[in-house]
Amino acid sequence: MEVLVYLVPLAITLGALGLAAFLWSLKNGQYDDLDGAAWRAIADDEPSDKSSSVL
Amino acid sequence: MQSTIDFSHYLKKAGSDLLHLDLAVEGINCAGCMAKIERNLSKIPDVTSARVNLTDRRLALEWKEGAVDPALFVDRLAELGYRAYPFEPAGAETREAERASALLRRLGVAAFAAMNVMMLSVPVWSGNDSDMLPEQRDFFHWLSALIVLPAAAYSAQPFFSSAYAALRARGVNMDVPISIGIILALAMSLFETATHADHAYFDAAIMLIAFLLAGRYLDQNMRRRTRAFAGNLAALKAETATKFINDDEIRTVPVAAIRPGDIVLLRPGERSAVDGSVISGRSEIDQSLITGETLPTTAVAGSAIYAGTLVRSGALRVRVSAASEGTLLSEISRLLESAVQSRSRYLRLAERASRLYAPAVHATALLTMIGWLIAGAGLHDSIVIAIAVLIITCPCALGLAIPAVQTVASGALFGSGVLLNSGDAIERIAEIDRVIFDKTGTLTLPELDVANAAAIPACVFELAGRLALSSRHPVAAAVARAAGAKAPLPGIEEEPGQGVYGVMDGLEVRLGRPSWCGADKSANEILQGDPEASVVAFRHGERHYVFAVRQRIRADAAKVISALHRTGLTVEMLSGDREPAVREAALALGIHRWRAEVTPVDKIERIEQIKRDGRKVLMVGDGLNDAPALAAAHASMSPVTATHMSQAVADAVFLGERLAPVEAAITVSRKALRLMRQNLWLAVIYNVLAVPIAIAGFVTPLIAAAAMSGSSLLVMLNALRARQHRETI
Repeated sequence: MEVLVYLVPLAITLGALGLAAFLWSLKNGQYDDLDGAAWRAIADDEPSDKSSSVL
Repeated sequence: MQSTIDFSHYLKKAGSDLLHLDLAVEGINCAGCMAKIERNLSKIPDVTSARVNLTDRRLALEWKEGAVDPALFVDRLAELGYRAYPFEPAGAETREAERASALLRRLGVAAFAAMNVMMLSVPVWSGNDSDMLPEQRDFFHWLSALIVLPAAAYSAQPFFSSAYAALRARGVNMDVPISIGIILALAMSLFETATHADHAYFDAAIMLIAFLLAGRYLDQNMRRRTRAFAGNLAALKAETATKFINDDEIRTVPVAAIRPGDIVLLRPGERSAVDGSVISGRSEIDQSLITGETLPTTAVAGSAIYAGTLVRSGALRVRVSAASEGTLLSEISRLLESAVQSRSRYLRLAERASRLYAPAVHATALLTMIGWLIAGAGLHDSIVIAIAVLIITCPCALGLAIPAVQTVASGALFGSGVLLNSGDAIERIAEIDRVIFDKTGTLTLPELDVANAAAIPACVFELAGRLALSSRHPVAAAVARAAGAKAPLPGIEEEPGQGVYGVMDGLEVRLGRPSWCGADKSANEILQGDPEASVVAFRHGERHYVFAVRQRIRADAAKVISALHRTGLTVEMLSGDREPAVREAALALGIHRWRAEVTPVDKIERIEQIKRDGRKVLMVGDGLNDAPALAAAHASMSPVTATHMSQAVADAVFLGERLAPVEAAITVSRKALRLMRQNLWLAVIYNVLAVPIAIAGFVTPLIAAAAMSGSSLLVMLNALRARQHRETI
């Protein structure tokens, strides 16, 4: 059961990373336009890399 | 016209030398539009960012200060086929958006904590049955506590603060049992962990919080979305005013920038966006949007003008007044205040449910504890079992049952052209058994229309429509609109007070007063048959035609009203208009109960009278004179063309030229209310099944977790059935 010594911290770190990523994406405004985001993924060509800047 | 709007009021600084502008754009409805707009506007030099928000139908632009005139964006969008208006988020909308985002953050924290704790709980559940060492179990429980306690302290705050507020007001709401359940579950789990017991309920507590937050977020997001859409509608109405910046210089500015005391110019064909009094000028004005009266009156110096007034013949200079100066307006504000107060006493279904639920749950838990004590169990065991009862009965499904149905139903309503203003609108609209319609602007279309279009040859109609584009008179504008004219004729001049004229194919064309076009005889014939109509004559060489222009009843109104009759609703019409006009509309629509020339006070009295008979009224109206009645009724709807005040007090706003959304609102709401009740019953049945197990002391954390997710899933799936209506429309 020594495996717990590094598996548990690893699991908690991964969880914390996931939470941090979620909070970052929320702050970044990625949930402001869910309809648009769904379509952007399959758009033929993005207008330019400018559109990805933070609003 | 749009390009003359002064944008300075809307521009925001974004960084050192960047400017930011939000535009509400009409016509964005697909991904194609989004790509087209972004691609085109990004091409403009100096534009650093152009991003469309498809959910809110808005465009955010940023560009380097100085080089670009914001009007260019609006013009470019017009070339692409979109109408765009500068837009400023209202205070209410910003608050709703902030609340939604805060809830989502808490939901995220709770959900991540729940997932990670589950990872620790599953080994404990399976380990309890096999060979897990007590030390390992304790270690996992302490780890769970480490994750859950901070996460719960942060994410359950909305429930704690709401429960605290309710208790301070000596009341009980749904959040009181929720908060007590969460706190007791956490405290007990901590105690159990410290005493090396088998079971801890950290996972159940945090999962409960996550589910409940999901329900709250759905509710909040629905509200945020309607607010955003309502904000767009306000912007798309392009509320601008022509303001005198000195004695003879004028400028078009957004209404938001107008202050009391400013002087504005109202030209023929314009609708006033402000309240005020006339300083100079003389004009026929159409107050139908305010009073329901369709006959124009004359405004001279000293007359009061209200927002929504249509100026028909001459230009007026108006001094803008603070909102409540006029007699009509202050009277209406007073009526409105008392009506709104009476409505806030309405108790939502969820509140009524929780008033029954909270005492029942707490009594059951208490009785369980006492029962086990009497049966000889130890104090510790009795408390643990009582808390298990509280956890299992915590209204998880109840918290989701109503918001989930509301979200799905409001989506279906949105598809049918109905926007909800208030959260409990669905419940109240579903309960009504009588509908009262206003006539002008509600059963009829707010804009004038040509009544005798069939009697006029198509080519003449088209030519007259193109000629009419050169006139600002509302009657001529109606002809242009009815003809669908796009291209004005070249070289048209105006004869003041008479009409417009020009030359086409070597023949003179005229559109204006019948006497000026030599068409008095046929005009009089029309007026004798239809005294409510306004007439305008068109002359092409020697031939002449007369257009009868009047307010037209919404195309599907008769059908909708007979459908309402069929569903067993009583339909009534109350109008501020004169009797002949109301009688005719009632006859055409098959409405047997109607009254004409009613004042705002009369309308309220009528509604109160119906209320006393124990009936619930849906009031549908648009005018300023309807606003108090809208607030007094059990539920209310307004067309989107209604005055600000009416829209603000109405529970729902409907879009478009048809009346069908009113019927759809009633049908969808009734179905939604049925589903809400079903969901509450599902939650009750779940409790009836689960509580005996809990009372008997058999509930383990595993059973609690499974029961909680199972019941939540069930009510969510049931809520999705509210969606079906959309396909049948």
